[in-house]
Amino acid sequence: MENKKTALYSLHKKNGAKFVPFAGYEMPIQYTDGIISEHKFTREKAGIFDVSHMGQLFIKGTNKLEDDLEKIFPTDLKNILINQSKYSFLMNENGGIHDDLIITKLKNGFNIVLNAACKNTDFDLLKELLNNKYEMDLKDNFSLIAIQGPEAVKILEKITNGVSNLKFMSGNNFNYSGDNIYITRSGYTGEDGFEISIKNELAEEFVEKLIKQGGKLIGLGARDTLRLEAGLCLYGHDMDINKSPVEANLKWAISKNRINSGGFIGYEKIKLQIEKGVKKLRVGIQPEGKIIAREKTAIFSEDNKNIGEITSGTFGPSVKAPVAMGYIDNSFAKINTKIFLEVRGKKHPANITNLPFYKKNYVKGVNK
Amino acid sequence: MSEVKFSKQHEWIKLDGDIATIGITQHASEMLGDIVFVELPEKGSSVAKDGVAGVVESTKAASDVYTPVSGEVIENNQSIVDDPAKINSDPENQAWFFKLKIKDKNEIETLMNKEEYHKFAKESSN
Repeated sequence: MENKKTALYSLHKKNGAKFVPFAGYEMPIQYTDGIISEHKFTREKAGIFDVSHMGQLFIKGTNKLEDDLEKIFPTDLKNILINQSKYSFLMNENGGIHDDLIITKLKNGFNIVLNAACKNTDFDLLKELLNNKYEMDLKDNFSLIAIQGPEAVKILEKITNGVSNLKFMSGNNFNYSGDNIYITRSGYTGEDGFEISIKNELAEEFVEKLIKQGGKLIGLGARDTLRLEAGLCLYGHDMDINKSPVEANLKWAISKNRINSGGFIGYEKIKLQIEKGVKKLRVGIQPEGKIIAREKTAIFSEDNKNIGEITSGTFGPSVKAPVAMGYIDNSFAKINTKIFLEVRGKKHPANITNLPFYKKNYVKGVNK
Repeated sequence: MSEVKFSKQHEWIKLDGDIATIGITQHASEMLGDIVFVELPEKGSSVAKDGVAGVVESTKAASDVYTPVSGEVIENNQSIVDDPAKINSDPENQAWFFKLKIKDKNEIETLMNKEEYHKFAKESSN
């Protein structure tokens, strides 16, 4: 089957993109500048990412839909405001993660941003869980563009006036040359930034304007190093159907009142794990030397017991050192615990560390 | 000093007497992208033709470096260990990987010349 192309494909090509197949799409892994310079440009200025391969699921409905979605997701959807976004999970009964996602409450429904590789199965599963009661649209006719970095707000403000008023993890409708676009202040890089949902026909010209204002297209390669430095999980690697949000060290994303009230899929398992603890836990791992420990690298204790596995690892261009995360036996999960990583047959020392590796005191938006 | 020869694993080799200097090609460095880590064979160790003699890693992946000829490692280039980005900026000169005292000069005969290699690299990247 041929891979799909996003509406920005020719613009990527024009900008010297190197393409890779990703979740059924031809996506730019990098442009002519290369991953490290793209990474740094995002941290210092503003990177533009085509994330149109991700699912933008709109479910139409009001109060009844809120009730039904709360039977699925561990998130307080009733008390969040319209245009507020929440990080959440689609789980199975065992607390295993089908997908991690962002839900935004709208006036007439909910918008859910899904991982590209999961979006079609998520759609089918949600349709079934909602008993086919609601109008659901996986909006293929919309592109999703992220702009991330300290200059993102300044650049985007020039094109869509008013975005600087958005608070982190909230969105709104904006007018763009007579059309409506929806923008949220969010992202996947550890930087301040925005995600813009825009009609396919307008996407290319919109991105060209962002470039003209000082943004630069950034590929999936740098997106991965940026998110890893920011301590953010990549679905299918740092989390999957065999791991729960508690094991993934993401219990902060489960609303407190939902843990008390229950009634969502996986509730019993999650409650048990929160009360009794978990056997394995996702942690940040900092190798002591320069060795890069990649996915599937075995983790050992000082007395040579196999205690876990790396799920993501690379060189962090901003921290200028190797960075990794992985799952480890809970008794070794304490910060500064010394561990060993087996790379090419040799064991290399590393330490459990706090996430994120890279932290910025970015503006969380302003109230006006 | 003889001409530079090239291997199918994208290494270059330059012979000076029975001392060979070996590195990875411009083409290889471009295919790998930004190199962030390198591991070199130890001084004094023996390496065999087409065997693994090092590792280069980009942010995305690790790749083995092979030696196009057999020999004893007499020197390795610490400057690329300290600054792997050199491999991207000057792969066929300053960023050599290691020097070998070669065992068998005939092994070099099987390698490609510059023209042949460029043709090979172009075809293999298509």
